[in-house]
Amino acid sequence: MDFWRRFASNRGGVIGLVLLVIIVAVAATAPLLFPNNPWKMVSRPFLPPFENMKFILGTDTVGRDVAAGLAHGARVSLLVGLVSTVAALLIGIPMGALAGYFGGRVDDALMRITEFFQTVPSFALAIVIVAIFQPSVVSITLAIGIVSWPPVARLVRGEVMSLRKREYVEAAILQGLSAPSIILRQVLPNAISPIIVMASLMVASAILLESSLSFLGLGDPNLMSWGYMIGAARTVIRQAWWLSFFPGVAIVLTVLALNLIGESLNDALNPRLSRRRS
Amino acid sequence: MNRIIAAVVASFLACAPAIADPVAGGRANVVIQPEPPSLMLGLVQNAPTQQIAGNIYEGLLRYDAKLEAMPSLAKSWEVSDDGLTYTFHLEEGVKWHDGAAFSADDVVFTADVFLRQQHPRFRAILEHVASITAPDANTVVFTLKAPFGPFLNAFEVGSMPIVPKHIYEGTDFQNNPANNTPIGTGPFKFGEWQKGSFIKLVKNPDYWDEGKPYLDEIYWHVIPDAASRAVAYETGQVDILPAGSVETFDIPRLAALDNTCMTEAGWEFFAPQSWVWINTRQGPAANKEFRQAIMYALDREFIKDALFNGLGKISNGPFAASTKFNDTDIAPYPYDPAKAKELVKASGYNGEVLKLVPMPYGETWMRLGEVIKQNLEDVGIKVEIVSTDVAGWNQKLSDWDYDLSTTYLFQYGDPALGVSRTYVSTNIAKGSPWNNVEGYANPEVDALFAEGAGTIDPAKRQAVYSEVQKILVDDVPNAWLLDLGMPTIMRCSVKDLITTGIGLNDGFKNAYIEK
Repeated sequence: MDFWRRFASNRGGVIGLVLLVIIVAVAATAPLLFPNNPWKMVSRPFLPPFENMKFILGTDTVGRDVAAGLAHGARVSLLVGLVSTVAALLIGIPMGALAGYFGGRVDDALMRITEFFQTVPSFALAIVIVAIFQPSVVSITLAIGIVSWPPVARLVRGEVMSLRKREYVEAAILQGLSAPSIILRQVLPNAISPIIVMASLMVASAILLESSLSFLGLGDPNLMSWGYMIGAARTVIRQAWWLSFFPGVAIVLTVLALNLIGESLNDALNPRLSRRRS
Repeated sequence: MNRIIAAVVASFLACAPAIADPVAGGRANVVIQPEPPSLMLGLVQNAPTQQIAGNIYEGLLRYDAKLEAMPSLAKSWEVSDDGLTYTFHLEEGVKWHDGAAFSADDVVFTADVFLRQQHPRFRAILEHVASITAPDANTVVFTLKAPFGPFLNAFEVGSMPIVPKHIYEGTDFQNNPANNTPIGTGPFKFGEWQKGSFIKLVKNPDYWDEGKPYLDEIYWHVIPDAASRAVAYETGQVDILPAGSVETFDIPRLAALDNTCMTEAGWEFFAPQSWVWINTRQGPAANKEFRQAIMYALDREFIKDALFNGLGKISNGPFAASTKFNDTDIAPYPYDPAKAKELVKASGYNGEVLKLVPMPYGETWMRLGEVIKQNLEDVGIKVEIVSTDVAGWNQKLSDWDYDLSTTYLFQYGDPALGVSRTYVSTNIAKGSPWNNVEGYANPEVDALFAEGAGTIDPAKRQAVYSEVQKILVDDVPNAWLLDLGMPTIMRCSVKDLITTGIGLNDGFKNAYIEK
């Protein structure tokens, strides 16, 4: 339990973890807490928060329950964040591993592709992809995955390049192990900690990206998400502050939680690199 | 002596505010929402295009608030006693914006060739026309096949914008490069279009109506976000907010600002009505009971109050309440989810998902789509919203690639001009989002609309139109929502902007800004 001790030594990480557990719990129990569809118009429009305890966070422009929207939106945000990160890892890790392991022309070719994606502003590219394929949860997840894999590829490439020169890898090569088996069994397992740290931060930025897309009206029109709630509320921000405030807080807390966890993971997984421990 | 001069000056100054003569000069800043796909009014007739291009192009006639004809390019006109021959005498000395002379040939080309190909609504009018001729350079004669009640209402600029023959004759109209720099005869010329930012019109110094227009230039600002449009008005960046440019819940706040006037005038000719397009060709919506279920499922009282701030009126059928032949005896469908559920069941619906493509004209219309989806899901109809931009929405409607969609369309002063086009089967054709998009075909309705159009006597027309309304209300080819209330918000110093039944669309000819 050395890992946990080191993780817990960073108080921020613990706070982040607690926050994330709460958010995940809300998301998981949303259908129980708010059995109504979050799009259902349940009360009069523009009901301020804390006035009617049945709708504690108030209602929006057409009388939908803000609290229900937040809970159901958490599902969308977390789901898109996780799945798109997995998608980015699935593209980035093989690219980086192959480039780092084989070097030479393979490296050149793969890194030029990576650089191509890195030079295009990622948010603009995401907008274009979503607009082409019509906004839906699949196209949004895909778009976020496609724009966020290059840093993964570069990170993995760097790790693999340095691991490639280690004696145990050379020994494996001398033993006649095949390249795929060396990459999968010898190299990648040793590069996993920085990838985990990066992935936790990527989930956070994916959630932000999804919210930004929804804010711009490029969200899945059939799913309630935090970004959509803020986007729909911005036109009435003077009449109804609570419509953009609560989803905004939800996004801030989730992203903060993931960042704290990421930092703490970094401490726990790379104790020698940690800034906090002497 | 000095004292006398001072007294004269003082008295002159004292008088000045009382003089109500129009002031020349100045710039009008107007909001346009959404950005139009094109300003070539002969090709594109959606609302923002009409609003801007109605000041570039002109029709033969204009109409006052009671929809009586006023001169425009035609300075006078005669109708023969048998109601078959309409003779228009054109203004002389009219020039196109490129300097070429305007003549009766342009009118004949426009009506007989250009609009016949490109303008579905005008094509419907041409069904009644036997010939269009120009006996001399300043006279145009329309000869009808049979009497057509509303014919004199068909010459407004959006219905029949006169386009230049010398530029379009023999070309591919849709791809003519001049479409990007439209050339008309109107009081304002096309100046500049910075896509996504503004459209600038400049005064036409050679305008035939001496002394007009008064304004030097008009800027139509493209501001894609409703809250920003409201702020732009508050900060003075724009002075005129046409109906639909701010969210409805912002209207009371803006109307209460200093030096702000609001009017619902200027929409008499259009009488806009909103409805849900139902693709009656396919799926569950091909069934009449299912369509009636949609009608019962929609909570239109809520839509009116929550989304449109109480403005407008719940439609009782396909004729807007403010138009002449609306049958007031027809009661609107009540909100009755229980009945809707029954009808859904009776229709044999088994869970197909309907694609709803909401009209992307801003937040209110997006919310409307969400409310419709929710209303329908409450009675067990599965709906998926497909979001798209204005061009994509036009495209989907034109290609019939939708199950449900929202829209609002104008009624053009007479059911034969603005209503029948949506319901007669001869107007089913891919390629336009403004014709019989729903694919409704009923020979009885076709016959009644034809009869109503061919009758001159108002009482007889009323009888025919009452019958057609009853049939349509029972068949529900589209699910009617509201006869929209259309408030224009502007600075009180903007004068004479709304002087006709089409309001802003040709209003800048007379408008001036008080200093």
